[in-house]
Amino acid sequence: MAKADVTQAEGDLHLERLTKQFGDFVAVHDLSLVVPQGSFFALLGPSGCGKTTTLRMVAGLEDPTAGTIRIGDTEITHQKPYRRPVNTVFQNYALFPHMTIYDNVAFGLKRRGVKDVNKQVNDALTLIQLSEVAQRKPAQLSGGQQQRVALARAIVNRPAVLLLDEPLGALDLKLRRQMQLELKRIQTEVGLTFIHVTHDQEEAMTMADSVAVMNNGIIEQLGPPTELYESPHTVFVANFLGQSNLFPATVQETDGEEIILEDPDGKFRMPKERVASGVNTSGGSNVLVGVRPEKITIGPRSEAAAAPIDGNYVDGVVESASFLGVSTQYQVRTEGGEQIDVFAQNLDVHGLLPHGSHVRLTWQPHHGFVLAPDQDIRASADVSAGVSG
Amino acid sequence: MAIAQAIGDTIEDQRTPPPDPKKRGRFTPYLLLLPGMLWLAIFFAVPLVFLFSTSLQTPVAGGEVGEFEQTFNFGNYVDTLTDEYYYVPLFRSFIYSGIATILALLIGYPLAYMIAFKSGRWRNLLLVMVIAPFFVSFLLRTIAWRQILADEGVVVGALRVVGLVGETGGIYPSALAVITGLTYNFLPFMTLPIYASLERVDPRLIEAGSDLYAKPFTGFRKITWPLSMPGVVAGTLLTFIPAAGDYVNAELLGTGKNSMIGNRIQYEFFNVRDYPTMAVLSFVLMACIFVMVLVYVRRVGSKDLV
Repeated sequence: MAKADVTQAEGDLHLERLTKQFGDFVAVHDLSLVVPQGSFFALLGPSGCGKTTTLRMVAGLEDPTAGTIRIGDTEITHQKPYRRPVNTVFQNYALFPHMTIYDNVAFGLKRRGVKDVNKQVNDALTLIQLSEVAQRKPAQLSGGQQQRVALARAIVNRPAVLLLDEPLGALDLKLRRQMQLELKRIQTEVGLTFIHVTHDQEEAMTMADSVAVMNNGIIEQLGPPTELYESPHTVFVANFLGQSNLFPATVQETDGEEIILEDPDGKFRMPKERVASGVNTSGGSNVLVGVRPEKITIGPRSEAAAAPIDGNYVDGVVESASFLGVSTQYQVRTEGGEQIDVFAQNLDVHGLLPHGSHVRLTWQPHHGFVLAPDQDIRASADVSAGVSG
Repeated sequence: MAIAQAIGDTIEDQRTPPPDPKKRGRFTPYLLLLPGMLWLAIFFAVPLVFLFSTSLQTPVAGGEVGEFEQTFNFGNYVDTLTDEYYYVPLFRSFIYSGIATILALLIGYPLAYMIAFKSGRWRNLLLVMVIAPFFVSFLLRTIAWRQILADEGVVVGALRVVGLVGETGGIYPSALAVITGLTYNFLPFMTLPIYASLERVDPRLIEAGSDLYAKPFTGFRKITWPLSMPGVVAGTLLTFIPAAGDYVNAELLGTGKNSMIGNRIQYEFFNVRDYPTMAVLSFVLMACIFVMVLVYVRRVGSKDLV
């Protein structure tokens, strides 16, 4: 039997100026990215953003139009998929229906002519806690079990990079949560580089060390989940990861380490470090101010007649209040005409602020963020609402 | 209102208690089977019994040609099967149809593979072209092969130039011509079931194989081929069984030296009017095919079938 001659490579995965065109359609545009060895990396974005195409280029299933792919110092850009030290967990699992679970998992090892196949397969099946089904066919397994087999079949080869293409997409919510933790456990245990493609922001944030948010074939922002969430650099990221209140404002002046902004509701102070890179902050320029709904404190206006010393505030009227048990979701119309969402933790037992209440919303200056103005405020808001539900 | 009332009443009328689903369900499968079973009983089982009883008949002493009486002469089987005149064509039938089946597989599989995976928007056109020969009579198509393989035809001409056929040699009539005819005539029966199987193979499985270090040919051998086995088994059976019983190709493209069992059966029936021998040959052919198919399906069919 011909043994596949698999490239040996180790190190970080480098994508450099990668482009993929299908006819006139640019699926991935000039994408550069470094995935550190041993990290759990998520490519997050709505469907059609180019994340799966990127993954398939790394797997060798699509040939890049331009750019290079390297693992450490070894270039694999145009290498055949069966020579790459890369394995994939496919979206529909793509288990071989005519083979037993054992043979499915052993497939890659046998192709490479590895010794002690038996031990490695059994170890992999133990890792996914499915040793007892080794002699069954994939059709006899549940969706969750098939998913784990697909994972074992890839992991058993100890690839330099493991690619996961929406691996949890077909599972129900409860099983998905469980598998998220399981995937993270396995990744920590085997220490391989995982690249996880998903449209589910929660999934990406739960598991990944770093997340690249993709949209229209480019990376909007890359960083650890907390950084993306707390300091989004674009409207798309601000809306795709969680929810954001965004409203236009004008830069009035910069005051030392702070920037002072103004909109019809008044003035806001914000630390300069909360301004996304590349935003023009000279006096008079327009920007977008953002603040997450859970960062805002809501209270009756009468109790706070004087402006808070430390913090930004706006006054408004409660338009709707929904009690969710652990929190209450308010929609407030400010005096300047903006609609602001507030998630208030139910720390008191006083009940809701009723519809029509005059309220004051306050937040810490460093809880807001400033974005460039020339963006659609609704960008990705619908998408993320649509897919995370 | 009146109309609505009337409709309401009609609906009401139909609300008779539904028949017990268990009771109704018990007879439905048998009802559905009935036409097919009747057909098989009248046109297959009964003639089979007649054929078997014919195979045991003996000529009437002093009777005319074709006059037989019912006996239980199992010696007919022994006499026929030990006669070189019969067992050689029987053996030849299986050799010819076996070779034709293998050739049809070698031609049909790549064809089906191409249509299933590589044809793109030409797929339907190509499928029609596979079936198109059926629009012309089987006999006409086979006779056409005489022209194609004739000494003054293109094929022989080309082979003479290359030197594969001597200056005076030819292809028609010969065993080669008969096998060529069989292969050609049964090729669609090989191609279509294989196509149907291949078309169901998920291309993502082949990608997964490639991702797991299978080179293209290994991927084919380990994934595509096993998954297409149902089509291969169906195709080989649909080619081998009718080809083994065929006599038209041997009649039109061969000589007496290329006679197959079908030719003998036809000759015994229409010319010699030796009905018991004809029946014996038919039964033996049927039994041989049955045993071969059984062995084949158990060896190949049970393994690797999804």
